Amino acid sequence: MDILTHFNYWAAIALATIGLYAVVARHNLIKKLIGLSLFQTAVFLLFITIGKVTGGTAPILDAAYSLYSNPLPHVLILTAIVVSVSTLAVGLALAIAIKRDYGTVEEDEIHDADSAAGTGGEE
Amino acid sequence: MDEGARQDARQGRRAIDLYLNIILLVFVAATGIAAVWLRNLLASAMVLGIYSLLMAGLWVVLDAVDVAFTEAAVGAGVTTVLMLLAIALTGREEKRVRTRPWLPLAVSLGAAGLLVYATLGMPDFGAADAPAQTHVAPYYLERGEAETGVPNVVTAVLASYRGFDTLGEVTVIFTAGMGVLVLLGSATRRRRKAPTSAKEDSA
Repeated sequence: MDILTHFNYWAAIALATIGLYAVVARHNLIKKLIGLSLFQTAVFLLFITIGKVTGGTAPILDAAYSLYSNPLPHVLILTAIVVSVSTLAVGLALAIAIKRDYGTVEEDEIHDADSAAGTGGEE
Repeated sequence: MDEGARQDARQGRRAIDLYLNIILLVFVAATGIAAVWLRNLLASAMVLGIYSLLMAGLWVVLDAVDVAFTEAAVGAGVTTVLMLLAIALTGREEKRVRTRPWLPLAVSLGAAGLLVYATLGMPDFGAADAPAQTHVAPYYLERGEAETGVPNVVTAVLASYRGFDTLGEVTVIFTAGMGVLVLLGSATRRRRKAPTSAKEDSA
């Protein structure tokens, strides 16, 4: 029973770990963005889990029910989902712009092109 | 007797909710791993769409029906379309790179370990007396309908109590839209203006 009381938290952590690994380890920029959206949904899962009340129902008021789940995390996550799509769109647009300028979205090839051109300011 | 039967039905529904929750979470984790694992980005985007749809089902089980709507429309719909567009323009195969994944793996697993340690202090799943359930949420549930006239408390909070939050959200969407237009617009203009240099680059 002890496992069940914290299972959702650990699932959220598992998703966040998968996402973080993809962002750090994968060299393809699109794959990094996929990892980023996995991480974002992990945060959503954590919030919605916190709002769930056992035996409660969706927070739409009705005389037949007296116990409702917490509506506040739902509101915050509604906003966050839309914002996450906006950030994903900007990230994908950046990837497309990089593809047009460098001809690739692989991180190591971009670094090679930067150092070959002598314009890689970061390193 | 009737009350006892109703009690039993309620218990059974709670158990089913819990099992559905766990089964969906296992599927979600599996599709998440698959989305990262696959080298074909087109397949990866498809799996991500399935992942979002499973998430929408999970939100229904967790009583967040408004979030489920948004996830199904925006997460499974719009995100997949954006992904497919981007993959069409950037190439669908991920290059196979020989790298040692041990350092990123150690960093992510280390972070996961710290987070699991932190959850040991979290309230039990679904506890009605958790701190999150005892502050502002009861106010919204008790007074929301009287003060805003909307029976859906999520809508009442979104559009009324936290209306400025939603205004900020609109600002973020507007900024993101402008950002995308600027990024993609300038790239096409540059390519159109200097076709010779683009040809040299590709040669």
